[in-house]
Amino acid sequence: MNPLLLWFHKMGSPPTFYRVAGLWLPWLYALALVAGAAGLYGGLFVAPADYQQGESFRMIYVHVPCAWMGLFGYIFMAANGFIALVWRIKLSETLAMAAAPVGAAFTFITLVSGSLWGKPMWGTWWTWDARLTSELVLLFLYLGVIGLYNAIEDTRQAARAAAFLALIGVVNLPVVHYSVVWWNTLHQAQTVNLMGQSKISGSMLWPLLTMALATHVYFFASVLARARAMLLGLESGKDWVRVLAQGAAPSHPEAAHG
Amino acid sequence: MKPGTVSAACTAVLKRDLALTWRRRGDALNPLLFAIIVVALFPFALGPEHAVLERIAAGTIFVAVLLAGLLSLDQLFRSDLEDGSLEQLVLSPHPLSLLLACKIAIHWLTTALPLILVAPLLALLLQLPPPVLPVLLATLALATPLLSLIGAMCVALTIGMRRSGMLLTLLVLPLLVPVLIFGAGACNAAQAGLAYAAPLLWLGAWLALAVVLAPLATAAALRISLT
Repeated sequence: MNPLLLWFHKMGSPPTFYRVAGLWLPWLYALALVAGAAGLYGGLFVAPADYQQGESFRMIYVHVPCAWMGLFGYIFMAANGFIALVWRIKLSETLAMAAAPVGAAFTFITLVSGSLWGKPMWGTWWTWDARLTSELVLLFLYLGVIGLYNAIEDTRQAARAAAFLALIGVVNLPVVHYSVVWWNTLHQAQTVNLMGQSKISGSMLWPLLTMALATHVYFFASVLARARAMLLGLESGKDWVRVLAQGAAPSHPEAAHG
Repeated sequence: MKPGTVSAACTAVLKRDLALTWRRRGDALNPLLFAIIVVALFPFALGPEHAVLERIAAGTIFVAVLLAGLLSLDQLFRSDLEDGSLEQLVLSPHPLSLLLACKIAIHWLTTALPLILVAPLLALLLQLPPPVLPVLLATLALATPLLSLIGAMCVALTIGMRRSGMLLTLLVLPLLVPVLIFGAGACNAAQAGLAYAAPLLWLGAWLALAVVLAPLATAAALRISLT
């Protein structure tokens, strides 16, 4: 078998995933911490103040990466949900459901930080502008997925139903976005463009990209950590969990506490 | 035993659902009363000035109709689940999505169509300018089937739950945001004397897509919920 495919199949098995994710976690957390610290230092102290918005523009170093992660989290959740529904892979169900609260949290931070930035810039905490409204709808979609997952007793059935809802949301999300754009707009236009020339100066850009790296790595670390915990619950009747719980694994004594 | 044709099965579902609704025709009035009461609350809250009511009329009617439709969604599969006929539909050799499309059509016919018929009365209560009324009726005619179709997917997902009311609201309403924006937007544009064809066409396009995809999605969701 193709080694990549073999690796993929192996990772689909909960015990292997649990072990490998446990090995990765400290590194991911460390990278997120370092990149986050560097990005925040660069954004809050090194980058020059904006000629128009002054110091307030520094909010983008939290706001924009979180907004990206809110959307990325949804796509990650829906992609895993699709895999879970089509190929019935238990790990994908777990990953999709582990991503939901993390993505919702990023979306919430986006809304709150945008609101804090809006007060001095626009003179109001909230305005019914296109992007704010789509972000709010995104948060509602996340909350719907989380609510559905928590409302159904059987965990696996709940994960499949919630994954299906996430997929419905994916179809709906572009329509929501464009309908809302058509409806009203006040938010400033997109300024960062990875593929072409960004309309933001380099001294302001690198902390933003560093923060984006940090939030991505943190997202994965958080999802892996949540998925590990959820797998333990899901597989609580299996041997590997019993071995782990009773500390009868002499080769990995730390895993029992991890 | 040889299974009947697909069209016979669809006709049977249509007839059965119509008969069931007819025997409980008192219940069918509830969404109407709900919409009228919700609309009647707005003048109490905002004051009876004609200018204010005229401004909010179309949007308020739209929201009232959406909420009334949302409340009636719970009935879509409830009794069929309780008496076991929903499982029979799932087990039948005919395409589940078609049978569900029939059920959704009857649901729209018995809950949403009366709401559209009562909309002129609601418009009267809120002083909607008469020239806007045809636009309101047209948008409602396009928006209420969307509500039934999108709602059916979410109902199918929550079917196993005893108390799904609040959760259903959380699932359905975000998905209906575009419907509300386009529907009320068309009415507001007509009221302001602007062109209103674009939002109507958008609603029509969205409806065409939903008519095809929503029954399939509802069938898939039902299969997940009933396993």
